[in-house]
Amino acid sequence: MIAVIDYKAGNLTSVMKALDAVGADAVATSDPSVVLQADKLVLPGVGHFSATSFLEEHGLKEAIEIRVRDGFPFLGICVGLQWLFEGSTEAPGTAGLKAFSGCCERFPEGMKVPHVGWNSIEVSESRLLGGISSGDFVYFTHSYRAPVVHGTVAVTEYESPFTAAVERGNIMGVQFHPEKSGAVGLRILENFVGLS
Amino acid sequence: MTLTKRIIACLDVAAGRVVKGVQFVDIVDAGDPAELAHRHAMAGTDEIVLLDITATHEGRGTLIDTVKRTAKQLFIPFTVGGGIRTIEDAAAIFDAGADKVSINSAAIARPELIDEIGRRFGAQAVIVAIDVRRAKSSHDPIADAEVFVSGGRKPAGRKALEWAKEAESRGAGEILLTSMDADGTKAGFDCELTARVSEAVQIPVIASGGAGTARHFAEVLLQGKADAALAASIFHFGIANVRALKEEIAKQGVPVRLPC
Repeated sequence: MIAVIDYKAGNLTSVMKALDAVGADAVATSDPSVVLQADKLVLPGVGHFSATSFLEEHGLKEAIEIRVRDGFPFLGICVGLQWLFEGSTEAPGTAGLKAFSGCCERFPEGMKVPHVGWNSIEVSESRLLGGISSGDFVYFTHSYRAPVVHGTVAVTEYESPFTAAVERGNIMGVQFHPEKSGAVGLRILENFVGLS
Repeated sequence: MTLTKRIIACLDVAAGRVVKGVQFVDIVDAGDPAELAHRHAMAGTDEIVLLDITATHEGRGTLIDTVKRTAKQLFIPFTVGGGIRTIEDAAAIFDAGADKVSINSAAIARPELIDEIGRRFGAQAVIVAIDVRRAKSSHDPIADAEVFVSGGRKPAGRKALEWAKEAESRGAGEILLTSMDADGTKAGFDCELTARVSEAVQIPVIASGGAGTARHFAEVLLQGKADAALAASIFHFGIANVRALKEEIAKQGVPVRLPC
């Protein structure tokens, strides 16, 4: 069972629908005990980084940490990817999971923000992005970006390069929305669902 | 790696049926929004907007059902507009599977609606639609261009540029700008108006009204500085030709999602 973690930020309908389309057995939950039984975790997210404070307040962060430490695959989407870093200037008081170093920052002045639309990715070796090629397009919508770090497996450029996907062992994240990225996105979700 | 310009198909819907556009002989049911949206997505359209053009209170149930059916097999961004007056209306649309809502008259009537939806669902989920007519007698017809509401029937008493900036400051994620002067003419988008609005705000602007040829799309996406172009009459190119449209405008220098 895949636990799609509901931290009351935005709606989960699209993610649930796409997971369903690739044949996953997914449940939306805010209950740490369900997270502790799940064999995969998805942390979606559209909205404000501060919303992730819900995870700590409701025992979800701890449950995620336990599950991730035990080797179960984790996929963060959008703000869910940003949460894997140390934090974000969007909500300086809210700490991330610190699985990857660095902090997320807003796109610089003078750029159209949010970065909305289809942009291409430059990919490197990754289980999550198996079958995806450099130059493939995915759909983004975000105002803050994660730095390129050790663990970045896909890069996109908007004014300057930023992390489109990270992966280290069982911890994965995508800045774009696979549930909204057509066939390319469904393939990525399928890859995640198929991880053992 | 470049952010591409989006080609958006708009489905005008009344009582659960698509009401504008040309006939598609190869489609089983030309008026079914779910089927049309799906075909568009498969053909390479970047995004779908569904507008309830009747937007009656009685029709809400039908609309929710239409949104649900359309969203079910749609894995590209999906916006719904028409008759969204409260945060509850918006929540019901999101629950049904939309990614963004487009608000127009209700935002003029009560601008706080933009802040409310943005706070709860994120700025990326709120598009403010602005219907604009140039102020023909003014020395600067664009600076004085007026906003209209109620499907373009009533002047809102607001100037377009100033309203676009307010929408941005209240947390809109995108502006959907329709030129009422150009709408329906198929003579091209209002590039000058679009460029002025696009320069006035830092959020993306979707141009609408006047699409007739591939050149029109290229013009508004380049000279008009639009981030996306929307058309119901994209239908006139034929669904299968969205790709041809993109190939054509790519040749004119517009970055687009290809292959798609």
